[in-house]
Amino acid sequence: MIAYIARRLLSMLPVVAIVAMFVFLLLHLAPGDPAAIIAGDNATPENIAQIRKALGLDEPLWRQFLVWAGSLAHGDLGKSMFWNEPVTTLIAQRAEPTASLAFTTLSVAIVLAITMGVTAAAKPGTATDRFVMGFAVFGFSVPVFVVGYMLIFVFAIALKWLPVQGYTPIAEGVAPWLRNLVLPSVALGLAYVALIARITRATMLDVLAEDYIRTGRAKGVAARPLLLKHALKNAAVPIVTVIGIGVALLIGGVVITETVFNIPGIGRLVVDAITRRDYPIIQGVIMVFSGIYVFVNLLVDLSYTLLDPRIRY
Amino acid sequence: MTAAAELSRAGSGRVDQLRTFARRNPTIVAGAGLLVFMALVAVSASLIAGDAQFLNPSERLRGPSAVHWFGTDHLGRDVYARTVFGARISLVVGIAVAILSITSGLAIGLVAGYFRRVDAPVMRLMDGLMAIPGILLAIALVSLNRASVGIVIVAISIPEIPRVVRLVRSVVLTTREQPFIEAAIGGGSRHWKIILRHILPSTIAPLIVQATYVMASAILTEAGLSFLGAGVPPEIPTWGNMIASSRLFLASAPWTIFFPGTCLALVVLAVNLMGDGLRDRLDPRLARRM
Repeated sequence: MIAYIARRLLSMLPVVAIVAMFVFLLLHLAPGDPAAIIAGDNATPENIAQIRKALGLDEPLWRQFLVWAGSLAHGDLGKSMFWNEPVTTLIAQRAEPTASLAFTTLSVAIVLAITMGVTAAAKPGTATDRFVMGFAVFGFSVPVFVVGYMLIFVFAIALKWLPVQGYTPIAEGVAPWLRNLVLPSVALGLAYVALIARITRATMLDVLAEDYIRTGRAKGVAARPLLLKHALKNAAVPIVTVIGIGVALLIGGVVITETVFNIPGIGRLVVDAITRRDYPIIQGVIMVFSGIYVFVNLLVDLSYTLLDPRIRY
Repeated sequence: MTAAAELSRAGSGRVDQLRTFARRNPTIVAGAGLLVFMALVAVSASLIAGDAQFLNPSERLRGPSAVHWFGTDHLGRDVYARTVFGARISLVVGIAVAILSITSGLAIGLVAGYFRRVDAPVMRLMDGLMAIPGILLAIALVSLNRASVGIVIVAISIPEIPRVVRLVRSVVLTTREQPFIEAAIGGGSRHWKIILRHILPSTIAPLIVQATYVMASAILTEAGLSFLGAGVPPEIPTWGNMIASSRLFLASAPWTIFFPGTCLALVVLAVNLMGDGLRDRLDPRLARRM
């Protein structure tokens, strides 16, 4: 097993390397001089020359890539043009709000979605089932920022139950921290819940049609254990797979949610970098988020052995 | 029987057929109906709505009224006109991204699935591309270029391609093992002929379904990019741009966000409903399950 984990960790490397290649080429194959693009519209020729020198843009492309990839391997994502600080420092400073948002969203969304999916599959065709299916299509269609503003309008402006925007660090108390995260988590989690509830229902329906479920029912296994132990356990692999794939949805959503709710996280960092044309930040955040995505899906792969003893490596 | 009567009979036969189709596929009809309505709105925008850019500072942030059905925004522009014109960008981007990513994904997928030698390298590249969050890749692509509708379309299409490639490749891999392919090879058909005549047709049904999902996700991404300021230039009325420029006025003028937001959700819902209906019809194994 440990050998397998090590092997899988190593197999992440080519994917990450290809991501790095894309991210590198993005800036260098774009039309125009990267130095001029970075310098912006009001740059003087001296500015441009300076940036070109600082970034080593006079070197051949392959050598630039090796230099860039080499520092990447050492955990160096370059320096922000605007802040003049290492990108890793900037990301680390803003990691807490994003991690908090991801944590609350993931934990609530997964429990809620699986409950919804299982309940719907237990009684297919009923009003509950139709509600869950309707919710799944709806939740997948409403954009994060529209949900976000509707939530702010109803719960923060009209009812005044929750703060409008902002973030309170967890160090200042769990209650204010949570109060600030309720609305963003709901907005961010909606599509994710819809996705997982849908796949849970579909796989549960497949599993519930199996012979051993009928056997269990015939020999008198109570409805709840039958559903949760016999069926859900066997439906786990596809559900966990979608939980992993859906993380991409969350990553995209985080960028927008943090803008809507004014949360000073990694998503905001990248959005602010757009207008400032701060490419090292955009590149760095893409690398970090892609790395997280690949890593989460590695964890999902590894979890298969725990969920289904038939799968062995 | 006169020709006219025959014609009307044939017509009513067709109406009956349509009715049966609608009864059996309510989601396709509901989704397509809504989408056709939105498309008509988009096409006839200049007929059914006034000037979307007209500034009227004395009529700032007015609520919905008989003159301004959806109210006015912080510059006194008519929200109804802007929402109607916004439908154009959403639909154009959605359809263009669907066409662009499906055709390029189809070409890459056919080649990767059919020619074993290119399969592994192409698929590794696709794995890498797929690991990059789509909206971030699009942000990077848009901010490197001058913002325009064309750039936005390309930027949203690229992250969608790997999923199409995977789908096409999996269909090709199963199809190429069929005896009729072997027969075609034995009969001396050229590779490109086998691909186009014998393999391509089996990719069409799953691709139609995929195209609707790509379109839905493209419309959402375009709105998201515009909202973040990395999309269509702000002077063009799009639903994302409208919401972005009105967000400071949420408390005093919620209609400036509510109407474009609702239209956005409705269009995406229509496309998703159509996709679900088409999948149920084209893939009976999944019908009524997902």
